[in-house]
Amino acid sequence: MGATATEFRPASVHASRAHVIRRHLFTYLGWGLSALAFLLLGSATVWILVTVFHRGFSALTFKVITQVTVGTGGGLLNAIEGTALLAFGGILLAVPPGLAAGIYLAEFDDGLLAPLIRFLVDVLVGVPSIVIGYFGYVTMVVDIGWKFSLAAGSIALAIIALPYICRTSEMAIRQVPNGLREAAYALGAGDARVVMGICVPVALPGILTGILLALAIAVGETAPLIYTAGWSSFLWTGHLTNEPIGYLTYAIWAFITEPFAGAHALAYAAALFVTLFVLVIGVAARLLFDENAGWRRRGQER
Amino acid sequence: MTFRKFTALLACVAAATLIVIVAFLAMHAWPAMRFNGLGFLTGNTWNLGSLYANPITVRGQQILPGAHYGILFLIVGTLLSTAIALVFAVPVGVGAALFLAEGVPRRMQTWFSFFVELLAAIPSVVYGLWGYVVVIPFLGHHVFPLMKKWLGFLPFLGGPTGSGYGLLTAGFVLTLMIVPLITATLRDALVSQPVELREGAVALGAGRFEALWTVLLPATRRVLIGSSILATGRALGETMAVLMVSGNALNYLPNNIYTPISTMASFIVSQLDSALQDPTGMAVRSLAEVALALCLISIVVNGFARLLLYYEGRQRARIL
Repeated sequence: MGATATEFRPASVHASRAHVIRRHLFTYLGWGLSALAFLLLGSATVWILVTVFHRGFSALTFKVITQVTVGTGGGLLNAIEGTALLAFGGILLAVPPGLAAGIYLAEFDDGLLAPLIRFLVDVLVGVPSIVIGYFGYVTMVVDIGWKFSLAAGSIALAIIALPYICRTSEMAIRQVPNGLREAAYALGAGDARVVMGICVPVALPGILTGILLALAIAVGETAPLIYTAGWSSFLWTGHLTNEPIGYLTYAIWAFITEPFAGAHALAYAAALFVTLFVLVIGVAARLLFDENAGWRRRGQER
Repeated sequence: MTFRKFTALLACVAAATLIVIVAFLAMHAWPAMRFNGLGFLTGNTWNLGSLYANPITVRGQQILPGAHYGILFLIVGTLLSTAIALVFAVPVGVGAALFLAEGVPRRMQTWFSFFVELLAAIPSVVYGLWGYVVVIPFLGHHVFPLMKKWLGFLPFLGGPTGSGYGLLTAGFVLTLMIVPLITATLRDALVSQPVELREGAVALGAGRFEALWTVLLPATRRVLIGSSILATGRALGETMAVLMVSGNALNYLPNNIYTPISTMASFIVSQLDSALQDPTGMAVRSLAEVALALCLISIVVNGFARLLLYYEGRQRARIL
């Protein structure tokens, strides 16, 4: 019996030595190249972060955060304040329509209007930020006549943040278990009560993660601000229009190309602030999201 | 108004933003489109004309004498730098995604991936800073001369290597900026493939990597294509980093891979100041035409990628 069984075995199962070697080689080469690709990317991340942290921390003095810019020297107080105002303003403007659009896409998807809106919002994510900046320049700065200003810069940033907030809110609200909605509707709650009272609070960690990530993007943007916010070496005097405002990313771009060591130091310090902020938000968002996912997984197992 | 209609209205406002952007850019660029015609895309000279002469009227538009706006060198620079970035980013992105999906323990996956996704979080201008102070001297003084010595016999790799600003440097920085998009999307797709696929492959005698390469990766090819096109869109529109490392060439086409270039996005930033010198406003309107062209290109590219990814998402949902 055993002898006949081996006779019927297909030829390819009698693996030749060369075939075995080829398969081993393929596997080791494959893993090796994949690991190499990951190592390349990882080392690039480290290279960039080490550059920014090393040069940034050596450029850091007390003066940088207490004084305003004087020419290409002084400190960055005006830029820190400006970045905070612009990013805060942009997020403030983007959250209401972004969250509402997210709610609509998640809760009231009718299969007609919602897919179209989702598509347009997704494409808006891909529109280059300089295009949004130039749009802001020709409409708000020139046509409306706001000049370089906090209002124009914040609206440009809001356009950038809007699609992120919309899509992350949609994802988060979609994760809310249907049983909660059904229970609420069964108790006689209306659309508004179900969404604002049940779905949004339950989905809040996800929504906040999206808003945090949008904030990080807003803080790191340069191109949409150059021709909407302008640049100013002074602290904000409270005008929404007709007053240019400074921001950190401009300091990075403009001061590194100056021939002075003092200007370079400011650029490095600004890069350190922006990168640190983005990094902290990235880790925070990951922890929020990860813990949430872990909690959900444990809940399902039980 | 009901709550449902209220959210629908705000959602429409969000979606209409895209249409408003295109409409206003087109409105602003209209006189420039009338004046430039099709020569805008095929001409290779960006010239404001004589700033000190009296404006003249050509094709119904006031312009400065000698003004000519052609952006062929921008289109070429944009496409070439993006192409270089893709050639590097797709294989590296796929390799890293394979490693992250199968090569590290599940528990550690989030944090290993975070390391790569961090590349996407670093702001464009910080890439520009790093490129300007670290990459350009390194490539310009050490790598490019060696490349010329060893690979100079190949087309476009010989010739003057310049100072480090240029096409290849821009392509290298762009690679790092778009790789995480490919890696993250592909890794998620690989991890979420039905477990039966892998079980089937292993039952047929495939090893871990063989199952990954011959079964799981082909199953996610549409995600790979979609995310690569999304990455293309990102590279086409990248502004600050390219602005700081590309050398901002004006009015000439690259003759080798080290030549300084300009891209459409970075050109808008670098030229607005000088465009404002034109009292007829035609230069600013022509820049609006550049922005409009860039916007339309990115809408087509992103729209195509999104439709592909939607289709893939629906298909996967049906299988499960």
